[in-house]
Amino acid sequence: MSLEVSQLTVHHGAICAVNDVSFSVKKGELVAVIGSNGAGKTTLLRTLSGLNKATHGSATWNGHNLLHSKPERIVRHGVSHVSEGKAVIPELTVSENLELGAIWRKNKKESSASKAEITAIFPRLGERLKQRADTLSGGERQMLAIGRALMSKPEILLLDEPSLGLAPLVVEQIFQTIRDLATSMGLTVVLVEQNAMGALKIADNGIVLNLGKVAVTGTAQSLIADPQVRAAYLGY
Amino acid sequence: MIQLINTLLIGITAGSIYALMAIAIVLVWRSTRVINFAQAGMALLSTYFGYEAMVHLNSFWIALPVAMIGGAAVAAFIELVFMRFLLKRSAHGAISGVAPIIATLGLLGVIRSLTSSIWGGQDVRIVGPVSNVGYSLGANTLAFSPLKLLILVTVIVLVLLLSLLFQKSNMGLSLRASAFSPEIARLSGIRVNGVRTLGWSLAGASGAVAGMFQTVNGNGSFSPDSIEFSLLLVSGFIAAVIGGLDSLVGAVIGGLVLGLVISFVLMYINSSLFFIAPFVILLIVLFVRPQGIIGAKAARRA
Amino acid sequence: MHRFQKSNKLLLFIAFGFILFLLSNRVDELRVYQGASIAVYVIAISSIILLTGYSGQVSLGHGALLAIGAYSAAVARNEFNVPVVLCFFIAVLAAAFGGVLLGVAAARLTGPYLAGATLALAIGLPSLANQFTILGGEQGLIFDVGFPPLSLGEDFTQYKWFFWISALAALISMWLLSNVLRSRFGQNWRAGRSHEVAAQLAGINTGRSKILAFTISAGVAGLSGALLSMTIGTVSPSAFPLALSFSLLTGAVLSGVTTLSGVMIGAVTLVAIPEIADVIANRIGASERITTNLPGLIVSTLLIITVLFVPHGPVEQHRSRKAKKLLQKKN
Ligand SMILES: Nc1ncnc2c1ncn2[C@@H]1O[C@H](COP(=O)(O)OP(=O)(O)OP(=O)(O)O)[C@@H](O)[C@H]1O
Ligand SMILES: [Mg+2]
Repeated sequence: MSLEVSQLTVHHGAICAVNDVSFSVKKGELVAVIGSNGAGKTTLLRTLSGLNKATHGSATWNGHNLLHSKPERIVRHGVSHVSEGKAVIPELTVSENLELGAIWRKNKKESSASKAEITAIFPRLGERLKQRADTLSGGERQMLAIGRALMSKPEILLLDEPSLGLAPLVVEQIFQTIRDLATSMGLTVVLVEQNAMGALKIADNGIVLNLGKVAVTGTAQSLIADPQVRAAYLGY
Repeated sequence: MIQLINTLLIGITAGSIYALMAIAIVLVWRSTRVINFAQAGMALLSTYFGYEAMVHLNSFWIALPVAMIGGAAVAAFIELVFMRFLLKRSAHGAISGVAPIIATLGLLGVIRSLTSSIWGGQDVRIVGPVSNVGYSLGANTLAFSPLKLLILVTVIVLVLLLSLLFQKSNMGLSLRASAFSPEIARLSGIRVNGVRTLGWSLAGASGAVAGMFQTVNGNGSFSPDSIEFSLLLVSGFIAAVIGGLDSLVGAVIGGLVLGLVISFVLMYINSSLFFIAPFVILLIVLFVRPQGIIGAKAARRA
Repeated sequence: MHRFQKSNKLLLFIAFGFILFLLSNRVDELRVYQGASIAVYVIAISSIILLTGYSGQVSLGHGALLAIGAYSAAVARNEFNVPVVLCFFIAVLAAAFGGVLLGVAAARLTGPYLAGATLALAIGLPSLANQFTILGGEQGLIFDVGFPPLSLGEDFTQYKWFFWISALAALISMWLLSNVLRSRFGQNWRAGRSHEVAAQLAGINTGRSKILAFTISAGVAGLSGALLSMTIGTVSPSAFPLALSFSLLTGAVLSGVTTLSGVMIGAVTLVAIPEIADVIANRIGASERITTNLPGLIVSTLLIITVLFVPHGPVEQHRSRKAKKLLQKKN
């Protein structure tokens, strides 16, 4: 069980957003992908979940080819993507947003059981099940977005900047939850972050993207220790 | 007194037909965020399918499902080959906001002239399965007939079935999620394209029933130039807007409100206000309660 | 510099008018009549372009506004014996008044809501005309602008007279409109169309400028309505069917709703369609049913095709293609 990305290249028109990227992630591993604005992090994740089309290379999860499948198929192979910017549907209730994640599984009982699991992880969601998602705070929305993805019972979670626009305390809380998910449930996580320090602290391994290319990879500790990475991304 | 009862009964029956039309508009709005001005044209075409079935098989109870299936197929076809292409092409640019409106109007025109050239402009006749002669109440004859009762019951059953489908299955959630955020819907494993086609087909079938009932409830005749058709054209939209565009319950209420108001205006004010009354009702609703009777607040701006 | 351009444009319009005048002496009666129709459509279509292209609204109620103009001109002429020229002004004013009312409603509505409301109006209003005896019921009213003045010569035909009036009206209104659009009002409309919120933030009262757009557009529509009934000779509910509103919308989309400069394309097409339909029907030996429905079919099909493939109209398409070529050359 692993994510294998090899020589992946993605274009937006003439712009090469992801350029010859290769890496692999083993089951249960938490990998942080960091890099400055426009480095290609979002594009990388979107390509893995089928939203963007690759120009070249390969990407597989458990041997399933991710590059020539549609997003609605890829999620059935256990890949869940939480896209950038609090990916919830504001017009639906919290409960409906959660149900959405399990909708393709068709089994109502199973779905309500996993809803209980999610509200155990995020109690604040449990208190607001009947509320419309647009009445939630930013932090709660991010929890809901992650909760929705978890409802699909994924084996690998692709998270795009869950810390975006949140207060430091909330960020810490969400990062802690992500770490717990990986540890306790054996979930594999690819965590894309601007908040490089926070992400590397909870991650096992790290990948630094620069202008679409892999600049540095290594264990999270080694990246934190790397003077170049420190100067460029950790700010000290 | 008897006049009041009659007015009510006529209004409710007509209103239930408008409700079906409104449901069709709402279903399409929900699945593609487009107001389908061609809906009445599609209902017209389906009614002609029903008419053909009537001519050859001579049974209303075969003709009705034939119309429904035909309507669903036409709608699915339009969504598959036309709307997808249109929405992709008109996503940007100065007229992106109005392009779908203009396109569905164009469709309406195409369907109208096609049906006219195939079946001729003259009326076709469809006879209802039961008599349209009113029940008698003492010495008076009610405006309510076995046919109207049948229409009412059928509409109620259909609406119940539809709402059951929506609540007890995941279909309703899929439809709404696909409408609000296709990307999140796809990431949740929903086949958004299929869901849209499904929404359109349900709308097509619902409009077909409205067309068939509108025909038999009137004087049994129907044509692209008939008053019955013009009424379908505006009533579905108006009833849907009264109901807030996004809700099936709202559509039913909107249809009934519209039917009753028109019926009362005709009976108690002036029959010449027949066509202008719906317009006035629409304006009043839009001004007094722009979110519809039950409605999403922001919908008006969408 | 600016002044010079302006007077230049006026000269251009005058020259164009003169050419039209010469042309009208050369061609046969049918063509002259079609020329008059083109002029009427030019006015009607520009009223829609004004609304849709410059303020981002779709109104299907323009058939109704045309009807208001036509009826008020006819009533003024028949009941009060108002001079013909004044009748046209009355048509403009009456329709503009209708436009104010519609605009007040429209200022609160957007996109599909406005389209649906005006659709209901277009269906409802003409049938209302049946109810007033002063409006002549189903038969309608006669609208007679009289014979051409004798000073124009003995062989100056009635149709040529219609053509003169319509063409002059078209030239004048196009000149006025193009000036209005270059004014501050026009710029405000465009701002409101593309970014309503941004325009509001910039202090533009989008509500008021929408009403203004509706008023001017309606006045222009009223003028074309009066001219239309002049060429037909009568005003009746059946002269303003929903199909008319559709045709005008098609004409506007064909012309390209973002600019007035393509308006001739739409007008000529609308006038040519019945003839083209005739030719096609004869060629394929179609039955009467098909023959009568063919024009409508062509109009609607054109509408769809244009929206799909040339959504901004041929003029804009041409411009952007040219701009692209220029860019490529520069690189
Ligand atoms: N839809 C698009 N069309 C065109 N270019 C795009 C598109 N999406 C991204 N790009 C370009 O691709 C490059 C990578 O963008 P991407 O969003 O992947 O970066 P990112 O690392 O996620 O940045 P951020 O941290 O700001 O979210 C950028 O140069 C961006 O401008
Ligand atoms: Mg990003």
